[in-house]
Amino acid sequence: MGLLSKKDAKLITDPLADNNPITIQVLGICSALAITAELKASIVMSLSVMAVLGIGNVVISLMRNVIPSKIRIIVQLVVVAALVIIVDQVLKAFSYQLSKTLSVFVGLIITNCIIMGRFEAFALGNGPWKSFLDGIGNAAGYGIILIIVGFFRELLGSGTLLGFKVLGDPIEKTGLYAIGYENNGFMLLSPMALIVVGIIIWVQRSRNKELIED
Amino acid sequence: MSLKSKLHNLKEKYKGTKMAPAFNALHTFLYLPNETTHGGTHIKAADDLKRTMNTVIMALVPCLIFGMFNAGYQHYIATGAPVDFLSWDAFYVGLIKVLPLVVVSYGVGLGIEFLFAVIKGHEVEEGYLVTGMLVPLIVPVDLPLWMLAVAVAFGVVIGKEVFGGTGMNILNPALTIRAFLFFAYPTWMSGDKVWVHGAVERANEIASGANLDAISGETILGSLAQGQQSAYSIADMFFGFIPGSVGETSTLLILLGGLFLIFTKIGSWRIMLSSVIGALVMGLIFNGVVDAGWIGEGSKFYGLMSTTFWHHLLIGGFAFGTVFMATDPVTASQTTKGKWIYGFLIGFISILIRVFNPAYPEGVMLAILLMNVFAPTIDHYVVQGNVKKRMKRLKAKIA
Repeated sequence: MGLLSKKDAKLITDPLADNNPITIQVLGICSALAITAELKASIVMSLSVMAVLGIGNVVISLMRNVIPSKIRIIVQLVVVAALVIIVDQVLKAFSYQLSKTLSVFVGLIITNCIIMGRFEAFALGNGPWKSFLDGIGNAAGYGIILIIVGFFRELLGSGTLLGFKVLGDPIEKTGLYAIGYENNGFMLLSPMALIVVGIIIWVQRSRNKELIED
Repeated sequence: MSLKSKLHNLKEKYKGTKMAPAFNALHTFLYLPNETTHGGTHIKAADDLKRTMNTVIMALVPCLIFGMFNAGYQHYIATGAPVDFLSWDAFYVGLIKVLPLVVVSYGVGLGIEFLFAVIKGHEVEEGYLVTGMLVPLIVPVDLPLWMLAVAVAFGVVIGKEVFGGTGMNILNPALTIRAFLFFAYPTWMSGDKVWVHGAVERANEIASGANLDAISGETILGSLAQGQQSAYSIADMFFGFIPGSVGETSTLLILLGGLFLIFTKIGSWRIMLSSVIGALVMGLIFNGVVDAGWIGEGSKFYGLMSTTFWHHLLIGGFAFGTVFMATDPVTASQTTKGKWIYGFLIGFISILIRVFNPAYPEGVMLAILLMNVFAPTIDHYVVQGNVKKRMKRLKAKIA
């Protein structure tokens, strides 16, 4: 981390674990449940949020001294909406199938609490570079949970990873399926995503007791 | 040296170590504890948690034995070589199919209980004793054992241990396990192939070109949901000579188990009775709808809706769920009035789900889980209502 000072590096590493937006602040749960049935969708969603949050934080930070505080929420919404539309169009242009899988959830990045939360809590009070790092860090923290959840849901639910049949072919009965293994349909349903997130929270807090609230 | 004193010695030896709870559990399971309470007030009672659990298990044993006979009986009927119900052949097939389910259920479940007791450093809880017996009784006989193991692990950890163990769980663990199986492996939990031993294998053989008759092991609920008449008589339904999950078919034996639970005051008769009333009311409403001509024979709901209202009590898992699962003292309502409401809604919603969602013909599982979630709310309002009533009385007295 020669590039970054210790303080700046913390902006990125903190949200990855001990201040994770999903497992600690419990924000952005909705999309974590909705689109994590496939690993690919989780990764694209994380990257989209990272783009929106990284750029958005910089924009808000640059404008922070000229935004009248009474209308700051609406200004933030305009910024995030503009960025989300760009991301949505890019996805539609270059990866139409995936954009169909993600459906409304790309548009709903606008309402992702993590984004408004970081604008309010960080970008309005810090310079553009720091805000950029904070945005990337929080999006990465969000993304890492999405990817973990997506990994387990796709592996156990469909027996694939990124579309590759890692456990064998369920129809031709090869690999694990030859000995009677079957996919767990429950993994593909949203309630199981909530349970997986819950297990991550459980594991994280039992490893670091300081995170346990009363 | 007798086994008892050996266990005493073992217990002394491991006292204070991490493994202590495991040895204590073994010891108290077999014998009375060898220590006495010092000081303070204490209550002497015969019915501790272990005794309660064992009473329920005793009530379940007839269903288990009957389930073994029935598994073999249905298998031989389906393969075209019927045998007597009470024959060794029938029992043998049932035994080798059902016993592994029981062993896996107890092995995995108690293993996790022991593990958590050792990690958390508390005594092993007896809560799994009943769950472990209920689980094999509410699954199809041909369920692969590894699926059962996965489901039991899920049910015990997510359904019970994360909430704090026995007595703290919100959902009935046995039904959590069944619900997990139902949503995770639907092909093994519903349809017309899984209820009779051998039907799935036979279907695979036919698919690969063997010239055999397919086995239809459709449950009564399944046929009714498709608008067909069921081929079984009322007596068959009542005594339980029908396909279904292992131990839930015999309404007679469930009834006897229920009476035993009521007599020993382990199960709440209020919940059982109100649940039956709820189911009858819902059944009558549906019969009324059919009689009034609002639903034609073409409707996909016609089959189950036109079923004579009291037949609902005999088919499917309704009787078993009502007697052994709705009455689970941990997850049911605690107040007297609450029990009536809780039971009534279980019966009511069971039949509702049964009729309106043919994909989930076993409504009683979902109804009980749903009401488990609402039980604390019901209790809260019953208690609040009581508080209000007494406050009013108090004010009237003062004024």
